[in-house]
Amino acid sequence: MIVSGINSVTTPLAGWGRYPIEPCHLFRPERRRELAAILASGAQRDYISRGLGRSYGDAALNRESGVISHLRLNRFLAFDPETGVLECEAGVSFAEILQYFLPRGFFLPVTPGTRFVTVGGAIAADVHGKNHHRDGTVANFIKDFKLLTPGGEILVCSPASHSEIFWATFGGMGLTGVIVSARLALRRVESAYVFVDYQKTRNFEEAIGIMGESDRQYQYSVAWIDCLATGASLGRAILMRGNHAPAAQLPKRLRDPLAAPSHREWNLPINLPGLALNSLTVGAFNALFYAAHRNTTQQLVDFEKFFFLLDAIHNWNRLYGKRGFVQYQFALPPESGRDGLAAILERLARSRRSSFLGVLKCFGDANPGLLSFPIRGYTLALDLPADRGLKPFLQELDQLALRYGGRVYLAKDATLSAETFAAMYPQLERFRALKRQLDPKGVLASSLARRVKLVES
Amino acid sequence: MPSVLILGATSAIARAIAAEFARHRSELILAARDAEELTALAADLNLRYGVKTQAQCLDVLDPAAVETSLPACLAAAGETLTGVVLCVGTMGDEEAARANQAEAERILNTNFTGCVLALNVVANHFEKRKRGFICALSSVAGDRGRQSNYLYGSAKAGLSAYLQGLRNRLFRSGVRVITIKPGFVDTSMTFGRPGLFLLASPEAIARGVYKAINSGKDVVYLPWFWRWIMLVIRLVPEGIFKRLRL
Ligand SMILES: Cc1cc2nc3c(=O)[nH]c(=O)nc-3n(C[C@H](O)[C@H](O)[C@H](O)COP(=O)(O)OP(=O)(O)OC[C@H]3O[C@@H](n4cnc5c(N)ncnc54)[C@H](O)[C@@H]3O)c2cc1C
Ligand SMILES: NC(=O)c1ccc[n+]([C@@H]2O[C@H](COP(=O)([O-])OP(=O)(O)OC[C@H]3O[C@@H](n4cnc5c(N)ncnc54)[C@H](OP(=O)(O)O)[C@@H]3O)[C@@H](O)[C@H]2O)c1
Repeated sequence: MIVSGINSVTTPLAGWGRYPIEPCHLFRPERRRELAAILASGAQRDYISRGLGRSYGDAALNRESGVISHLRLNRFLAFDPETGVLECEAGVSFAEILQYFLPRGFFLPVTPGTRFVTVGGAIAADVHGKNHHRDGTVANFIKDFKLLTPGGEILVCSPASHSEIFWATFGGMGLTGVIVSARLALRRVESAYVFVDYQKTRNFEEAIGIMGESDRQYQYSVAWIDCLATGASLGRAILMRGNHAPAAQLPKRLRDPLAAPSHREWNLPINLPGLALNSLTVGAFNALFYAAHRNTTQQLVDFEKFFFLLDAIHNWNRLYGKRGFVQYQFALPPESGRDGLAAILERLARSRRSSFLGVLKCFGDANPGLLSFPIRGYTLALDLPADRGLKPFLQELDQLALRYGGRVYLAKDATLSAETFAAMYPQLERFRALKRQLDPKGVLASSLARRVKLVES
Repeated sequence: MPSVLILGATSAIARAIAAEFARHRSELILAARDAEELTALAADLNLRYGVKTQAQCLDVLDPAAVETSLPACLAAAGETLTGVVLCVGTMGDEEAARANQAEAERILNTNFTGCVLALNVVANHFEKRKRGFICALSSVAGDRGRQSNYLYGSAKAGLSAYLQGLRNRLFRSGVRVITIKPGFVDTSMTFGRPGLFLLASPEAIARGVYKAINSGKDVVYLPWFWRWIMLVIRLVPEGIFKRLRL
């Protein structure tokens, strides 16, 4: 009997930044046992799992080799309404979890700025949300997961069992094994709304000062930064901080507190011409955005608007035209964070490279994840159009981040060099040793893994 | 609550059809061979839509199972069972089947004999009760044989003819028989195969199937334009058709 699902399609693939675009051989199994069959088939040199492709660069790409889509392995397997623990396959998206469990009073314990990520992708990147200062990464809410090892074994990994593999998999970018399913503890909520306080600050220093003082009062905290402002206004910001709204405090007209109003959805059907976003238009946008916000407190905002503003515009990545863009996100430790941020923001403003979104957060403590990105301190995420001068510019930023003791987020990265990466992640050697032991034949690899030498190539 | 039995429930099209019924508040009995997948699908549909679901192992190529488990399963579903949707099928390896008789037999038996024997049991059950629907997924491939998949196609042609006769027989008992002829659908059956076009999503097919079952239609092409594509293809004279590389 031929095993279906072993067929593959040769197709160009890219991450959300649409840079780089590489030809890959895509598999799309529909049965769980096909995962092991693909790894053992010898059909391709090696394989990497792929969720919804929301990592920006080459994490879910494997040039001229195998990529395994998990999108048809997206079954909910069990749910305990007492504890809120949901067991599901790795291909389940955060959007699906919200769709089916928010009406029952459960929310994601941690969510990135888009809900179009899979559980597998969230674990592999060890994603964080606006609540990292309080709740840490998604790893804190994963009870255990089933990992198909490169050797074809199924391991149930938790902090208590196979803990080394457990912690290598958070941030391990799909290289320790194929995540088949996971048990995730959802958060009980009374409503689909958040009470948000907005506060404008003159510059980023004031912003991190206020965040340091009062982030503890908020479950969620983030600051939007104008990366084009200079001088005394360097990094002027709008803080957006909030807590889940208790049902009793909602206005009466909202009959079902757990139902969010439906928003109009937009689609950007074509690539905008490359020049549509330049320092002039973005500068104007940023100035408008800054001016349009007032200092207000206790604003009732529905979860889609608060957590997933950009999800309402499908394919918004086409804003940046055909050449694509990169997102650049780094983290800096508390001691050198202020100086590091100042240096990078100044360099950025001087370059006149437009960045729509500069998102600043204070991180809480790091976890034991060997390659997990968040460390205590600050993190800033920027969108930058991928034009010709970008690569050397990013390398400059990498060096700045490194000088201030910082690191770059692999899930967003497309350009980091192996040397810089090694200098940023002190546990890399442990990860590599474990990888050699788990995967002596090199069954799992990706373009990212070869680029930053997570695997020998 | 009404319930529906789905045969070949582990197919991606079947999963979407099951979801469509669950959204419209039908309980589901899911039958196929792969127990692990059936369990996952049953749990998933239950958690998403809050309807009762049940998994039932059934191999339509096993005459004993068709003779005993299938009637038992129908009887257990009792009065609430409103209908059966059959999605059993296999594309098989048409190349290999030229020389490998066992593969040829498997293609024919899975797509024709197994389906027919199972539907015989279902038909007798509903005929006695004088209501219910029987919906089966045939294929546009049964409308005209072509070199790349004529074993599959001829079995589907046979299935379509069987469904015609069954419809005729059951008309008097008030049991509806619906033949679905999908074009290319984006499932593991087609994934990675060359020469596909106008690929429909399993969800789009499922919506069409649900609508067809709830309308008075007998034979439905999905998506609709395949009716016209196949009309044109059937009109090509055999003298020309035999020369084409299809
Ligand atoms: C608009 C936007 C906002 C974002 N905001 C944030 C944010 O606030 N915080 C944050 O942390 N991240 C953020 N991200 C990044 C995103 O959360 C991560 O890149 C996440 O990994 C994407 O999940 P995915 O399912 O799309 O995975 P993919 O991009 O498809 O894959 C990402 C990695 O996960 C691996 N992987 C996927 N599935 C599996 C599996 N089943 N088994 C093993 N490995 C697997 C892949 O191999 C790859 O290395 C954002 C992304 C976007 C587009
Ligand atoms: N995909 C298309 O483009 C397309 C086009 C036209 C028509 N169709 C038809 O639509 C139906 C579903 O197609 P699909 O694409 O979803 O195909 P699929 O994934 O190959 O599904 C086939 C289904 O048949 C079941 N099956 C096979 N042999 C069986 C047996 N001996 N006993 C019981 N069940 C058996 C399989 O379940 P187990 O393996 O678990 O038993 C599976 O559920 C098929 O009838 C197909 O011919 C498909």
